Amino acid sequence: MPSPEKPDSSKPAKTANLPRKQMLKLVAIPVLMFGFGFALVPLYDVFCAVTGLNGKTGRVEAAAVDPRQVDTSRTITVRFMSNSGTGLPWNFKPMQSEMEVHPGQIYQASYQVSSRSDHETHGQAIPSLSPGIASLYFNKTECFCFNQQTLKANETRDMPLRFVIEHDLPKEIVEVTLSYTFFNIDQDKADSNKS
Amino acid sequence: MSTATTTHDTHDDHGPASGLMRWVTTTNHKDIGTLYLWFSFIMLLIGGSFAMVIRAELFQPGLQLVDPQFFNQMTTMHGLIMVFGAIMPAFVGLANWLIPMMIGAPDMALPRMNNWSFWILPFAFTMLLSSFFLEGGAPAFGWTFYAPLSTTFAPDSTDFFIFGVHMMGISSVMGAINVIATIFNMRAPGMTLMKMPLFVWTWLITAYLLIAVMPVLAGAVTMMLTDRHFGTSFFDAAGGGDPVMFQHIFWFFGHPEVYIMILPAFGIISAIIPTFARKPLFGYSSMVYATASIAILSFMVWAHHMFTTGMPVAGELYFMYATIMIAIPTGVKIFNWVSTMWRGSMTFETPMLWALGFVVMFTIGGFSGLMLGIAPVDTQYHDTYFVVAHFHYVLVTGALYSIIAAFYYWVPKWTGHMYDEKLGKIHFWWSTIAVNVLFFPQHFIGLAGMPRRIPDYSLQFADWNMISSIGGFAFGLGQVFFLYIVIKTIKGGKKASDQVWEGATGLEFEALPSPAPYHSFNEAPAVK
Amino acid sequence: MIFKRLAGRVVAPVSAMLTMFFSASAAAEYELNMTQGVTPISRELYDLHMTVFWICVVIGILVFGAMAWSILNHRKSKGAVAADFHESTTVEILWTLIPLAVLIAVAVPATGTLLDLEDTSKADVNIQVNGIQWKWKYKYLDEDIEFVSALSETSRNAVKDPTGVENYLLDVDNPIVVPINKKIRFLFTSDDVIHAWWVPELAVKQDAVPGFINDSWALIEKPGVYRGQCAELCGKDHGFMPIVVNAVSEDDYQKWVLAKKDEAAAVAASSSQEWTQTDLMAKGQEVYNKACAACHQPTGTGIPGVFPGLAGSPIATGDVKDHINIVMNGKTGTSMSAFKGQLSDVDIAAVITFERNSFGNTVGDMVQPSTIKNLR
Repeated sequence: MPSPEKPDSSKPAKTANLPRKQMLKLVAIPVLMFGFGFALVPLYDVFCAVTGLNGKTGRVEAAAVDPRQVDTSRTITVRFMSNSGTGLPWNFKPMQSEMEVHPGQIYQASYQVSSRSDHETHGQAIPSLSPGIASLYFNKTECFCFNQQTLKANETRDMPLRFVIEHDLPKEIVEVTLSYTFFNIDQDKADSNKS
Repeated sequence: MSTATTTHDTHDDHGPASGLMRWVTTTNHKDIGTLYLWFSFIMLLIGGSFAMVIRAELFQPGLQLVDPQFFNQMTTMHGLIMVFGAIMPAFVGLANWLIPMMIGAPDMALPRMNNWSFWILPFAFTMLLSSFFLEGGAPAFGWTFYAPLSTTFAPDSTDFFIFGVHMMGISSVMGAINVIATIFNMRAPGMTLMKMPLFVWTWLITAYLLIAVMPVLAGAVTMMLTDRHFGTSFFDAAGGGDPVMFQHIFWFFGHPEVYIMILPAFGIISAIIPTFARKPLFGYSSMVYATASIAILSFMVWAHHMFTTGMPVAGELYFMYATIMIAIPTGVKIFNWVSTMWRGSMTFETPMLWALGFVVMFTIGGFSGLMLGIAPVDTQYHDTYFVVAHFHYVLVTGALYSIIAAFYYWVPKWTGHMYDEKLGKIHFWWSTIAVNVLFFPQHFIGLAGMPRRIPDYSLQFADWNMISSIGGFAFGLGQVFFLYIVIKTIKGGKKASDQVWEGATGLEFEALPSPAPYHSFNEAPAVK
Repeated sequence: MIFKRLAGRVVAPVSAMLTMFFSASAAAEYELNMTQGVTPISRELYDLHMTVFWICVVIGILVFGAMAWSILNHRKSKGAVAADFHESTTVEILWTLIPLAVLIAVAVPATGTLLDLEDTSKADVNIQVNGIQWKWKYKYLDEDIEFVSALSETSRNAVKDPTGVENYLLDVDNPIVVPINKKIRFLFTSDDVIHAWWVPELAVKQDAVPGFINDSWALIEKPGVYRGQCAELCGKDHGFMPIVVNAVSEDDYQKWVLAKKDEAAAVAASSSQEWTQTDLMAKGQEVYNKACAACHQPTGTGIPGVFPGLAGSPIATGDVKDHINIVMNGKTGTSMSAFKGQLSDVDIAAVITFERNSFGNTVGDMVQPSTIKNLR
């Protein structure tokens, strides 16, 4: 209801009587939405896990793999790719370019990494699988990407990877590509953007 | 009918304070509306001058005027300034001026906050623009600032951009809260929700979009900030983050944002067309529902900006279906406007011309939008000039045209002076020819394969780029001419009648004199 | 034929404006419309594009026609008196349902095309594509061929006046060669920021995202040279990283593969040779202009705040070991990429020697290709 009294010039005609609850709600929405912006980060991970969006692969315990579910009637080609990020003096390559596998069975593959640095260096491998949808069915029981890797000066190492493709992988998928990128984690991130 | 104050006198005790402090301390919705409108005009000219640099560099192949790094700063700042500095504040300015007058309220519900939400803006944009003079220069990663180009790979001056975005976000949220509080609490008796003018309705829905998504943008730039300086890895693959997630978060804000820039325009056009067709708006309630459904759909379609990022097929299909669905409520609006004109008694004063221009050219922008929504073909359209043509058709000949139409339509009510009809028509025809010469050929160069955001191009794109640039310069000139019209109208002109337009309806025309007094509706008007 | 097809389908122009552009379209079709391309997918996309376009044209004719009719006839100056209708449930339901039906009719073929587009399985040739600021690195996964492809020197030198330069900005020093009538799969990733690999005629546009792989495919039916560009803003020289795909017959492809391998072997062999300072400096200048000048600038001054200068820089005037390390392996989180995968031993040795003895830097030492070779 508009108030009858005359306003003065610097003050508006009326500001009072706004429902407190409504105002709280109006302030709460942006605050909550700011929080929601951050909640999108875990939500995104869930979304990726459900849809295979960013092709990150899963991890299972070896014991959880049921050997009876091996489907020998299907053969899937797994292709291996490697990349090393900038700033890491490592040579990184798959020891096999591709493998033929049956869904349900555990296989071992390996990558070789060799440091060309004269001191100790650290890297973290990030997996990515294509097509992304296959990542829902691609599980690893053992992988060098589960941990940070440390190489001594000029060290060369074979790094194993044990994986299983679930037997219910969609029929139309006959080939997957597994890629790892090794990123340098030596440098303090905070000064890495300074030039 | 008119229980409102009828005095024309703005010099009594209740008038504005004099001098500069009037503008700094004002809590009057009309003053703040004026500040917003002038601010956005200045930003339009600054952002426009960046566009002139872009079009000048693209006038012919080869790098003649600027280096690529500066060119990227120009495209980025042009986008940021136009979106956050010109279009959005202009709509807030119109909301300030019009919503209280349209619903019979004496002022906005939260006048002091209103003052704040305006006065944050000049500081936000000073901060943003000052980055030009810093080492590293202004943001050069596009107005969409995709990570990691805007995080790990960006210069230190990017932090100014981040804080500028924070500030303009706070300003927008405060403005939106004010609009909602005003509409819910300050309506005159009898002004039920379904009697509100569509401009009020569209702004109410826009305000909800604003408070829902501006904080998400603030979240995104905050994550950028912590990625840059505090060791987090939201968007950095090396630390387990995902650069594509930035795009998801950005477009979760970004898609509602484009509706924030067009819904109030729908309200303006829905006011102007009935006036000059002398016929009530066709399908008022379906307009309200269409607006609401567009707003709701806008939260569900964000990833159609990201069809080439490697989404799973199911995702692409969903976002394609959801996106083309938006054509339906949007189509309803267009059909309603055309039906409003149908068997009307039309006249074609300047505001009507701009509104008709809006309907035609916004529809063209809608068509290209539909085409872009078809996910497989987006492979060929994405990030080309076809996209540039599309969003300029909806934002320049859409949003900006509606703002100019609103100016011509309501300026007699604001100032008491009619604008110069002849100049207004010249402005319209000049701008409309120019804007089509400017943007229509961009469809062609986009389809022919020219990516957006490139400072130089291959020779086969040369002809259309030159034509486009000529249109660009002409359109820019047209808006300088607009500045002259604005100043001329404020300074004087034929006296406007209280109703201003023969067919005008609504409290601002029927219950208030022209010019509207500094304080209007101190006593609530009766609403029929 | 595309012209016939267009002519056969043109019913009436939407408006004066569209008419104007259509008559122009007869003259130079390819400059106005999307390419039909040379793959089955690109043709599907073109057909879908034209279908949706013509649907828009028809709707446009109806809407703008109704508008024009009322603008011409229902005007006050002609004595029109306004009617008073302002709603009609029937009409409103109709114009919701009809567009819905049209959209469903479009969505059906679009879905089919999308599924084809995304089916990257069973490829004959697999090529890994890395986006690097501002060039592309290609790795033939089945062949052990790896090379970098960047803007051609002709284009780079013509930016001030490109008049008459053939394929200006769409030409590279090292095109990729692929066989026709084979399914080629591209696997995209990036070494730094997000890029997008786009060749219109192949209907392939896919983002290259650091740390992730995306894929896409093409089956080229016609031999030829197909050109494209990076489509995602990736920093300063985003406009200067073209793509050239040379599609040849299977035989020619095999010949190219052998030649490319010989070439790589020859380059590798060259690094055992001992170079003189003068030769290294000359070679270094050449490499610098090609690989380094975009950021560090031809004068070695860099762009303050964006790219560091080399003149007097601690790296270029300090311990040569650090200099070699940063050139070979890059610097994390910056545009400085790992050049060991992009340049030969000779190139790296030469460019480091050049950088240490130019722009006012007078370190005086030199780096031999064999040193670089031993560090690989």
